[in-house]
Amino acid sequence: MNKPTPVVEVRDIHKHFGGIEVLKGINLKVERGQTVSVLGSSGSGKSTMLRCINWLEVPDGGEIYIGGDRMGVKSANEKPMSNRELAAMRARTAMVFQSFNLWPHLTVLQNVTEAPIHVMKVDRKDAHDHAVQLLEKVGLSHKHDAYPWSLSGGQRQRVAIARALAMNPEVILFDEPTSALDPELVGEVLAVMRSLAEDGFTMIIVTHEMEFARAVSNEVVFIDKGMVIERAAPEKFFTNSDSERVRQFLGRYRTASA
Amino acid sequence: MNGFKMIWDNIGLFGEGLQNTLVLFCVSGVLAFILACFLTFLLEGAENIPRKLIRWGLDLMRMLPFLIFLYLLYYGLPNVGLRLDVWSAGFFALITYHGAYFAEILRAARTSLPAGQAEAAYAHGFINSSMYWRILLPQMVMRSGPLFGNQLVCLLKDTAFLSIITLMDLTAAASAVQAKYFVPLPPFIFVIALYWSVTLVVETLLRRLSRRAQKRGLVHE
Repeated sequence: MNKPTPVVEVRDIHKHFGGIEVLKGINLKVERGQTVSVLGSSGSGKSTMLRCINWLEVPDGGEIYIGGDRMGVKSANEKPMSNRELAAMRARTAMVFQSFNLWPHLTVLQNVTEAPIHVMKVDRKDAHDHAVQLLEKVGLSHKHDAYPWSLSGGQRQRVAIARALAMNPEVILFDEPTSALDPELVGEVLAVMRSLAEDGFTMIIVTHEMEFARAVSNEVVFIDKGMVIERAAPEKFFTNSDSERVRQFLGRYRTASA
Repeated sequence: MNGFKMIWDNIGLFGEGLQNTLVLFCVSGVLAFILACFLTFLLEGAENIPRKLIRWGLDLMRMLPFLIFLYLLYYGLPNVGLRLDVWSAGFFALITYHGAYFAEILRAARTSLPAGQAEAAYAHGFINSSMYWRILLPQMVMRSGPLFGNQLVCLLKDTAFLSIITLMDLTAAASAVQAKYFVPLPPFIFVIALYWSVTLVVETLLRRLSRRAQKRGLVHE
């Protein structure tokens, strides 16, 4: 029997900004239902890697596959995809941003139904019902008609998660989802993400939340200076990593939080 | 002769003038806005030759005095074999000239939008056009309320130039009455009051836009 196609496959991705090589050949495979945490210090390239997966950053070399289909480039002739083809590929993924990026002119409910109605052409009634369900899941049923500016950071990020889920994406990309939050609001967002992991959503999470990564991930990937240095199960990663650099990183983190 | 009687005797003329001014103002205002939305849409994206040309066109338009632009259209174009009637020349001048200014207002609003707004739209599968019309433009418009107000008032005042190319607008009506009696004050004060009431209506409408924006936290007052 063939192995199932990975939901996300990153093959030898390179990326430069100006003269600086930010990604130096990253490889990553994420299977269906897996939660993969991506750790690394600031500037290591982990966010850039994530943004390459949905082509918000266009890699200079390498390949990305979503559900076995090439992202951003036509497999037939290696030419860049058209606007429409690229959008269709991106719609199979969803992203939760560090700074939420909710659409401020739309209500909470409209933020969640916007893409299903206008991108996926879902029937309005169905999109509405699905959104109501998702907002209940993230604990914001009482905020349907609120505008984003009136919400706390934690509430905004939960709306953003509902907005991502509304796409029925094959994978959800989290780009430091709790880094812009007050410490006391981090928990409510992590709780929602934990329940998604339990429900079997496929997620790639770039984060600095070590405890969370340890408790929720199936696999931890450590990126340093644009390269994957370590891939391991969380227990091994946090207690007994083979990499000197990882042990150093964790040591510094423990000292900081002690 | 009594000023009120002078106005009352010519009320039909003023009525015609007001009607023409309002038609010019409303039609040009709406079409200039729509033109600006399209121009700003065309400017969306990486710099290339067509976009550079549009930008030059907009700068050129804003550099031109409105009256000279109007003269060019009405008196200049016949030299190259294109004769516009007064109304076509008037509409064309008002729409393109103020369209350029509206576009500039929208472009400024576009640059001040956080990059994350477009990124979130792309990440959720929007194509460029629906991203612009559904996600970016509504925010740009709501943030620009006061500037639109300003520009609409300028547009209203620029309609007065059309009296020079013989269009019977409010200013032309006042001039005609003034020429009849050689008493300038009452007719001009009367039309100033009319222009002023139009701007009051414009301001009321824009306050509604601004309330929408405030409700969404897009502007603060």
